[in-house]
Amino acid sequence: MRKTSEIFGKIDGISIALYLLLVFFGWINIYASMYNDDFTHTIYSLDTKHGKQLLFIGISIIVGFIILIIDWSFFDSLALFFYAISILFLIIVLFTAESTAGATSWIRLGIFKIQPSEFCKFTTSLALAKMFSLNKQKKYSLQSMAKSYLIILIPFFLIILQNDLGTALVFSSFILVFYREGLSGNVLIVFLVLFTLALFSLLLNPFILSLIITTIIILVYFLTSNRVRSIKISGLVAVISNVVIYSTDYIFNNILSPYQIERVNVLLGKEFDPLGSGYNLIQSKIAIGSGGFFGKGFLNGTQTRFDFVPEQSTDFIFCTVGEEWGFLGSLFFLGIFGGLLIRIIYLAEKQKSQFCRVYGYSVACILFIHLLINLGMTIGLAPTIGIPLPFMSYGGSSLLSFTILLFIFLNLNSYRMNILR
Amino acid sequence: MIQFKQRQKIIKGIFITVIVIFLMKLFYIQIINSRYKYSARNNAIRYEVQQAARGLIYDRNGKLLVSNIASYDLMVIPKDVVEFDTLKLCSLTEISIKDFKKKLEICKNYSKYKESVFSKQLKISSAHKIQESMNEFSGFYIRVNTTRDYPIKVAAHVIGYLGEVDENRIKEKYYTKGDIEGKTGIEAAYEKELRGSKGMKLILVDAHNTPQGSFKNGKHDTLAVHGKNLTTTLDIDLQSYGEKLMKNKKGAIVAIEPKTGEILSLVTAPNYDPNFMKGRDRSKNYINLFNDKNKPLLNRALNGSYPPASPLKIINSLIALQEGVLDKNQSYFCDGMYEYGNNKYVKCHQHNPYVNLKTSLATSCNPYFCNLWENYFDSFDNIYKAYENWKNHVKSFGFGDYLDNDFISGTKGFIPGSDYYDRYYKKNRWKSSTILSMSIGQGELLSTPIQMANLAATIANKGFYFTPHIIKKIDGDSIPSKFQKKKYTSIAPKHFNSVIEGMELTLTHIDGTANLSRVEGINICGKTGTAQNPHGEDHSIFIAFAPKENPKIAIAVYVENGGWGSTWAAPIASLMIEKYLKNEITNKNLEFKMINSKL
Repeated sequence: MRKTSEIFGKIDGISIALYLLLVFFGWINIYASMYNDDFTHTIYSLDTKHGKQLLFIGISIIVGFIILIIDWSFFDSLALFFYAISILFLIIVLFTAESTAGATSWIRLGIFKIQPSEFCKFTTSLALAKMFSLNKQKKYSLQSMAKSYLIILIPFFLIILQNDLGTALVFSSFILVFYREGLSGNVLIVFLVLFTLALFSLLLNPFILSLIITTIIILVYFLTSNRVRSIKISGLVAVISNVVIYSTDYIFNNILSPYQIERVNVLLGKEFDPLGSGYNLIQSKIAIGSGGFFGKGFLNGTQTRFDFVPEQSTDFIFCTVGEEWGFLGSLFFLGIFGGLLIRIIYLAEKQKSQFCRVYGYSVACILFIHLLINLGMTIGLAPTIGIPLPFMSYGGSSLLSFTILLFIFLNLNSYRMNILR
Repeated sequence: MIQFKQRQKIIKGIFITVIVIFLMKLFYIQIINSRYKYSARNNAIRYEVQQAARGLIYDRNGKLLVSNIASYDLMVIPKDVVEFDTLKLCSLTEISIKDFKKKLEICKNYSKYKESVFSKQLKISSAHKIQESMNEFSGFYIRVNTTRDYPIKVAAHVIGYLGEVDENRIKEKYYTKGDIEGKTGIEAAYEKELRGSKGMKLILVDAHNTPQGSFKNGKHDTLAVHGKNLTTTLDIDLQSYGEKLMKNKKGAIVAIEPKTGEILSLVTAPNYDPNFMKGRDRSKNYINLFNDKNKPLLNRALNGSYPPASPLKIINSLIALQEGVLDKNQSYFCDGMYEYGNNKYVKCHQHNPYVNLKTSLATSCNPYFCNLWENYFDSFDNIYKAYENWKNHVKSFGFGDYLDNDFISGTKGFIPGSDYYDRYYKKNRWKSSTILSMSIGQGELLSTPIQMANLAATIANKGFYFTPHIIKKIDGDSIPSKFQKKKYTSIAPKHFNSVIEGMELTLTHIDGTANLSRVEGINICGKTGTAQNPHGEDHSIFIAFAPKENPKIAIAVYVENGGWGSTWAAPIASLMIEKYLKNEITNKNLEFKMINSKL
């Protein structure tokens, strides 16, 4: 515990302000999405979603405050312990959980249901930061980083086993943390190229695509000068490309479940089914689009009520923002969210210890990938994957875990002069 | 690892690039592309309420009293209304343009999102025409509904009528503006059972107001549940006969089955055809009925309060017997008047001067009961004690009480307390002779026809009654248990025999007041009454039950301004009893006279 003046003198006020703005903006949109003519205008009733969310916000703020007054070494020394606990919970979930919406990721604790995978996000970040700081080697190599990769991969696969693709995808954002700590930029580029290739293989006939790619590689081989021409590299590229093309096709058609295939197809424009699986996407775009520049005004949305947009208060909360607050609202939200991301990176770079910096980057990357997937899905740039919008979506587990994630970093930041390791 | 510090720029760059791409996409769908705004208008769900058909109502013998026929209402959801050919819709609905605009405004003020009834019970032909050109009238649609039909045109007051729900009922959640609910009678008393429950159908409609099918395959739809059918205790043949007898008269008839408390008929006159209270002419008819000076909307059987008159002598006798102040065999000499103060007399009418309890009831001898009254009060040392004791006895017969029956309207009558007389005469300034008129039922005490019929039933049962009620059976439900509980009076059963014999003599004794209303082969026990009416001719009253040994019907008949109880009420009651027990009338002359007389 420390003195009050110490706590409030060193806490980053800007981050706190941005956090509070997001949380309360989120709440009024949850309120709006639940609002209708028969509404009994009580805010505090715990029978309503907005009432419950108010309780969650209260709990989160209290938890956030407690985190701020704890000594930083608590997180540093117990990082691996927390990680082990959360992994244990992920395993327990596999055997005991009840399933919601196809994914089995909930544990019932008394009257509350919690989602261990949500809390795994910050425990993994802490463990990763700890692993980096334990590793004294200055040089970055695949072997020296093996343990750090393992930290990411264990929860990733456990969550895949829960059939929760969205949350598992979150863990891929750590690649940016590795990049900041020395992973070669080429790896990023290779990943990007392979991803593009996989995308194209879904759009085009894999056989034709493979023919085109192979032709290009052969052309490039003969057109380049003798000095850089290499039969080995060209051959390797050709083989890898073809493997990616055909394996994507195989995975897509044989491993993904039908509803996932449909969602991807709708996104790619290969299927049109306005009342079927394209429904969510079309409805959410209609809701956002109907907002115009200024929006329809608070509580005046028509599309985000009446159940047109499903999961209105959770994954599709941005629809309400778009409809009722218009483009100005979108600008406001992305401005605040982007501001928070940049602020975290800025603070992370000021850290004197690698532990704090890695943790800071993890926080930024996790928040970023949630924005990427959630908003991408809502406005039709990514397939429909159930993942909450940080600080905005309805739900106690997600709000609390994002709060903990952010506030641990704010705690570490307030100690940055003391942490040198 | 200083060498990697520059990479923060690339990471920030990635973040910012993604946010900018999002903003561009949002700019595109929110501002540039108008397709989504258009689509939003297409997206409309019409909440179509599926009205439940009200339950049917049968009489005790299974005859259908109330049924349903289809009707068509024009509904509107104001938020969906766009400009349309007002004139055309006006002519189809037969509403003037001014009224039309006013109606639309009212609906808008009620709710923009909820449906309201725009025009009720359209003609079938105009409903079809509107249906055909529905696409011209966005926001409007036709709701098929049911309306009541009354195949037998009687018992309007018992059945009751329907009407639009009141504002405060809408707060109950179940109802929306323009919904129909029972307003009076059985329709109101058993509203919850009769109404069933509404269903809700969600229909996707496009920009042309054309249904595109159910929303999400009817996942959110609910089905309407038909209301429960009811069987009333009414015997509709007896009811019709009663209404026929009371034609062109004012008054009421209540007939009860003493063994169960079931109301066999409840007639009030004048009344109206129940079919007046439905359809598009309903409000016009209602205003006419409302303004009629004979008050056909007043249910005199429940709401009319009259002095009980001579039938109260039965209760006074029973009280005196119970308190042991009356020897039922002792002879009393009636000299035609009873003096109770300086030159103050209660008069009597012509009869054999020597009377005892039985014959005094039969002849309705006033002095006998005045004497009895004084004897009763003399047996107490304190007038207040005596009066309150008397009052409690009277109360135990159900006087001064709603009887807890299943009608939503009614009056409880009035039994004055001793405090009432204290206020009127000042404390200790009144005595038994001051309120002597109570001994013959003419004082301040007021009762209703249903209470008097209940009195007849109580005497028939020798000391207990069942709450008179109108419900016999609810499909798939039981009738309230309160209707099956015996309610005892404060009089011991043994005291009833002598008053019953006295009531029998009313019809059989040569001096009996209802001697002319005798019916061959039916042993009727009755009591006439003549309620003094300061505003005009006295009211004619008769209560009776029959047969004496195994009572099947108890009845009270009131004919306003009919004079003596023996003139109108007694003959009508005897005809009703004969009709119910024998189903044929022997004295056709009497029947003819009763039906065709005007009062």
